[in-house]
Amino acid sequence: MNMHTQPQRTPAETALIDAFGDRLSLLPGDGAVTLKRDDAIEAIKHGLPTRRVESWHYTDLRRLLNSVPDFDPAAMAKAIAPIIDGSAVLPVLNGKSEAKMPSVEGVTFQRLSEKLTDGSIAPGLDPYGSDDAIGALNTAFVADGYFIDIADGTELEKPIELQNLQAGGQAHVRLAARVGAGAKAVIVERQAGEGAALVSSVSQLVLGEGAEVTWLIVQEQPDTATHLAQFKAHIGKNARLTLFVMNAGGRLVRQEVLVKTTGEGADFKLRGINLLAGDTHTDVTMVLDHAVPHTTSTEIIRNVVTGKARGVFQGRINVHQYAQKTNAKMACNTLLLSDDGEFSTKPELEIFADDVVCGHGATVTEIDHNHLFYLMARGVDEKSARGLLVKAFVAEVIEELDDEGIVEALEARLDEWFVTHG
Amino acid sequence: MLEIKNLHARIVDDGTEIIRGLNLTVKAGEVAAIMGPNGSGKSTLSYILAGREDYEVTEGDILYNGQSILEMDPAERATSGIFLAFQYPMEIPGVATMEFLKVAMNEQRKARGEEPLKIPEFLKRVKDAAGSLSMDMAMLKRPLNVGFSGGEKKRAEILQMKLLEPKLCVLDETDSGLDIDALKIVSDGVNALRAPDRAFLVITHYQRLLEHIVPDTVHVLYKGQVIKSGDKSLALDLEANGYAGVIGEAA
Repeated sequence: MNMHTQPQRTPAETALIDAFGDRLSLLPGDGAVTLKRDDAIEAIKHGLPTRRVESWHYTDLRRLLNSVPDFDPAAMAKAIAPIIDGSAVLPVLNGKSEAKMPSVEGVTFQRLSEKLTDGSIAPGLDPYGSDDAIGALNTAFVADGYFIDIADGTELEKPIELQNLQAGGQAHVRLAARVGAGAKAVIVERQAGEGAALVSSVSQLVLGEGAEVTWLIVQEQPDTATHLAQFKAHIGKNARLTLFVMNAGGRLVRQEVLVKTTGEGADFKLRGINLLAGDTHTDVTMVLDHAVPHTTSTEIIRNVVTGKARGVFQGRINVHQYAQKTNAKMACNTLLLSDDGEFSTKPELEIFADDVVCGHGATVTEIDHNHLFYLMARGVDEKSARGLLVKAFVAEVIEELDDEGIVEALEARLDEWFVTHG
Repeated sequence: MLEIKNLHARIVDDGTEIIRGLNLTVKAGEVAAIMGPNGSGKSTLSYILAGREDYEVTEGDILYNGQSILEMDPAERATSGIFLAFQYPMEIPGVATMEFLKVAMNEQRKARGEEPLKIPEFLKRVKDAAGSLSMDMAMLKRPLNVGFSGGEKKRAEILQMKLLEPKLCVLDETDSGLDIDALKIVSDGVNALRAPDRAFLVITHYQRLLEHIVPDTVHVLYKGQVIKSGDKSLALDLEANGYAGVIGEAA
């Protein structure tokens, strides 16, 4: 008698596969998009990744995602004030682009549903590698989002803020941007909401020659939400991308950062802050490809772990064979504030070129008692002194961004977290 | 103001006894110098006064204005008016010096039931105090003590002392790492704070500092005890003849 080799589907897998059957007719997309969706659901039918899949080793999605909420057409989310005054705000509310399109000179905004309907986004729906569960989930169900095109030479005075907000149910959103040659922009990606939503959000960014972009991901989901996100970017010749990721919420969070330098002189900076509390799981996984010669990158991740929170940072840097003179440095520092919290770090360097400078380091520390004593010896009570030191540990990464408006806005988000989790 | 009675204290980690029956009285308005060879327990004494947890008092008591401070944590001691100018001030990345000064001043005011300082008043006080110590305000925008030279750190300690207006000031080797000009500036800063209701415990190796901050009393610490007390002439005597004579006398 034949034995089934495939394990029984989990309730979450079954629910997703059933939901796809119900939703397909409602989802926008031409033939090409529909084919991508079919491929994506096939991948999900093979099962969500477990710890036996290397890139998911510390986040066993199959086990951790034990159920998924139903789609909830009645769920109502409300747009929120942008973190930086004067930003052009583009809200996605429960998976649907709701904006009156703002008018910004040199920038074209388009609803992603239109790009699905006409099929022009189809090539962007291809999976990233063979274990791309987030890509598959998103491609199968994505219904809307935004596409932003910033014309060559445009220097934006004010940021663009993309808001992905939910009030329960499921939301699958894609945010895509093309930044033209020599253009400069600050783009904020807010991820927040209420209730126990399942969210998949994929951001795609292409930087033209000499473009300069600061992209800030501020994730403040409630501790009931599942947040599966991906940020993909190609950095062109002499272009510079600073990606700042702040995770300050969510029950189960995975933020993937998949970046490739595609032109000489490209520079990538990743700065991340993970503020982890309660009984939650947060994973930041980066794969960076230095694909051409003379490109540079630095990655600094700071983590604060309290309660029973678990955190993960996987940082993989691939230096391709012809990518000589690559300079890459990665650091992951964790402040562990509770006995029950944990943080796993996995740096990986895969180098096929012979003339490169690459390094990585990881530390796990507690609060420095000498520092604590010094602050208390000036009259600062223990609780406040600890707060100051924890905030200082992460604020260092923010201050380095060197833009007063951004620093203030992010420190305000930081303060908000300390008020609720102090 | 300060009364240390038969104090015994040891290092928590390994149990080594550092202070072995120390007696010392410092009156309000007095400047008391503590001298002694390396390893005599001078810095330990300063840490114990400030409440550092690495040391454990096993016997005796420390009375400050008649009250024992042994059960108070460092913050409570600081808000009650005890200030330690560190020999090696900590560098604390990420904490802006100005922000730290504001928090410290306002925490102390809160503990005394006073309103927090308004920003303009706070800035004025810092500017005045920094000016009197020839400190550049740009330095105070940097993280606390980070990248400060040895001399700048010592000035920053005295700046904090001026702003917090403590009643019992413990200066732990404030002269170490200072050149002559900086020594003069720091000493002038200390002298300007001398007042009938304020006492100083000046810990130093050398007579040099005491030429600038003239003490009322001098105490020689050796093996965790005060083995000799006198007036400022005792410091001159030590400078001329070394500690050997005094130690021999006591033995």
